[in-house]
Amino acid sequence: MKNLSLMRLSIWAYLAIFFAYLLGPLVIMSVTAFNSPEFPRATPWECLTFEWFSALFQDERILNGIKNSVMVGFGTVILSVAMGLAGALMLTQIWPKLRATYYTIIIAPILVPGVVIGISTLVFWDRINRMLGLGADSFLSNGLFLTVIGQSTFIASYCMLVLVARLQRYDAALTEAALDLGATHAQAFRKVLLPFMKPAIASAAVLAFLASFENYNTTTFTFGEYPTLTIELAQKVRYGITPAISALAFIIVLLTVFAALFNEANIRRKELVLEARKGATVEELSSGRLKLPGFLSSNWAAVALVIVACATVVVVGTATVYSPQQCIADVQEQKRLETEMRIQELQRQRELRREQQEAEQGSTAPAQSQPADNNSGFGGVFAPSTLSGEDESGTAEPAEEDSGFGGAFAPSTLSGDGD
Amino acid sequence: MSAGVGVDLENLWIRFGDFVAVRDAKVHINGGDFFSFLGPSGCGKTTILRAVSGFLEPSEGQVLIGGKDMKGIGPNKRPTALIFQNLALFPLMKVWENITFSMEIKGASARERRKRADELLDMIALPDQGDKLPSELSGGQRQRVAIARALCAEPDVLLLDEPLSALDLKLRQHMRTELREIQKRVGITFIYITHDQGEALTMSDNIAVMRAGVIDQIGDGKTIYNDPSTAFAASFVGENNVFRGTVKQVQGDTALIATNRSGDLLARVSSANKGKMKPGDDAMMFIRPEAFALAPVGSEGDHFVTATVTNEEFEGNAFNIFMEGDGGKEMKVSLPNLGQSFDSHKGQPMTLQYDVQNAVALPAGDLATE
Repeated sequence: MKNLSLMRLSIWAYLAIFFAYLLGPLVIMSVTAFNSPEFPRATPWECLTFEWFSALFQDERILNGIKNSVMVGFGTVILSVAMGLAGALMLTQIWPKLRATYYTIIIAPILVPGVVIGISTLVFWDRINRMLGLGADSFLSNGLFLTVIGQSTFIASYCMLVLVARLQRYDAALTEAALDLGATHAQAFRKVLLPFMKPAIASAAVLAFLASFENYNTTTFTFGEYPTLTIELAQKVRYGITPAISALAFIIVLLTVFAALFNEANIRRKELVLEARKGATVEELSSGRLKLPGFLSSNWAAVALVIVACATVVVVGTATVYSPQQCIADVQEQKRLETEMRIQELQRQRELRREQQEAEQGSTAPAQSQPADNNSGFGGVFAPSTLSGEDESGTAEPAEEDSGFGGAFAPSTLSGDGD
Repeated sequence: MSAGVGVDLENLWIRFGDFVAVRDAKVHINGGDFFSFLGPSGCGKTTILRAVSGFLEPSEGQVLIGGKDMKGIGPNKRPTALIFQNLALFPLMKVWENITFSMEIKGASARERRKRADELLDMIALPDQGDKLPSELSGGQRQRVAIARALCAEPDVLLLDEPLSALDLKLRQHMRTELREIQKRVGITFIYITHDQGEALTMSDNIAVMRAGVIDQIGDGKTIYNDPSTAFAASFVGENNVFRGTVKQVQGDTALIATNRSGDLLARVSSANKGKMKPGDDAMMFIRPEAFALAPVGSEGDHFVTATVTNEEFEGNAFNIFMEGDGGKEMKVSLPNLGQSFDSHKGQPMTLQYDVQNAVALPAGDLATE
């Protein structure tokens, strides 16, 4: 009995650690999006602010990156789902002895590094472009086209894996039945196979879109004049990171949560409807008077969805009227006070040391004059003066020079535009 | 009953690589007939069906439907409709959409289709079930929906590939009568594939018995049962007791067989083998379990069999007696239960007699293994 409860406890502990590992970074990143310091951090908490969201939506390059990513995403979805479906159909129809070989070939792009795919796409289409005698501004060297083609080479393989799983449960007799009843091959495909594949096609499309959206390795070689979001982010981070990126991450996390809950709610509703249909009598079914369960009844996913939606509306509503100016001013005032206190402390210590040195004078060589404080692992990042941005006194200056992060987090870099 | 469209198979060969699935099949099926192909699994009967429906091109020979060669005509252009072994109802379509799929293909309006579906649902005794999904129906109901779907295409020939094999015994027996009735009502040719001789015998006008790609015998149920033309047909259709031996003497329709265990016995030569059996040939003699009658112990002669009883069982309508038989297989005797008393003879010898007309002499051949 005791052993059992211990076992149970350790399972819960394991779960907690697992989820903390999985979701912790996301939670912390989301928190930093609402904290006022210019470097993304969760502690110390200073002021609740929404300015990073407005900063995000005012950033032309990020917005342009999102637009490009969406365009590339749609192109990739269409191309890879079509190719994936064709590949999956082929796999189920091919001569059994060739199947393993065919499978390996079609899966290979997943195993090839994205960088290689990117370079080869670029080189290959450039060759073709030249062969056809087209200029550098032709369709074949267009960044959008190249990115879609490049990403699709391996995303189509992912799609095929998803589609094959569904296709293996397809009864080929259904197509034969359709043919036997007078359908052409095209009709059998459209009216029987395609509806059956619909759920898998939807998952493959979502997967393809996400894979395309987050792709960097391949895109970095092919984007041309159409930098996607990942490309833009990478270029921005090179000049320093701001909580605006946390804000973007938060929005993406939120959208994902919404989509997941919506999907779950739909699945549950379908199950409930199916159950209701099973219990229904013939009259109820044919008269259409069957009382189907409502959207929210016994459907926790739907309830959660509504709660999250309400919370979002509340937060957005608050954001439009909330102003953190007073809080930020208070914090700055407090920091200034702290800084002054520390300066006084430092001066006192220096005085003390000087007295000691004077006492030992003559016996040893002049000792190091650097204050002990400067060896702080964080360099000068957390030194109050760095944050307040004003030169309080010359005494703190040596600390600033020693910053472990180089100049990347220096306030001047952050305030400057990322270009 | 000759209103329907007939089907002819002419010297049909179907090969898969080196494997011959169907060997030189010659079958004439009358229009409006209920025709069964009966054989053990793997004998090529489904292959024949696929050749008729157009999913398979014969390697040699012809399939004629209504006298027209079907070569190069795809399954969607043939006047046939196939009912699949697993029914192959479209799982995502409602029952009425399933039934009228053939009309949807031709572009019929939803109202027309609904009307036709209701008619057909009435015919298969499933009124008001049109809005359900196939998964919401029972096995027997699904079966009938599959039939309605095939009939909706208004085929000249309906092909059925062991459609009852997935049903339980009670339902299967019920569906047999129902299928037969539907066939009489619509009056089209039914070609039925089965390995169940009971189904074939009860429903069919004519039966083709198949073995390993070869059609052994074609005839109506009575002929197949009473006058089999090969040892395989005799042993596959119904229960039968085999006596191996050699032909000793042939006189007109009867042959005297020197059996390995039971001495010389008289039997009728099957009509397909008349004049083909000569003294000295290896032969087999078949007697049905119900063709025996008790005889005084120790009776001897050319229509008496004596053997030791190994087991007895009471089946309700009959006493079954198992005796030491030929070739390791027990000989089974069924005595109808007419209220007579029956003493156990277990371990004792027993003598049986039979009518020579009920014993069939055939050239030796492969037996059905079941």
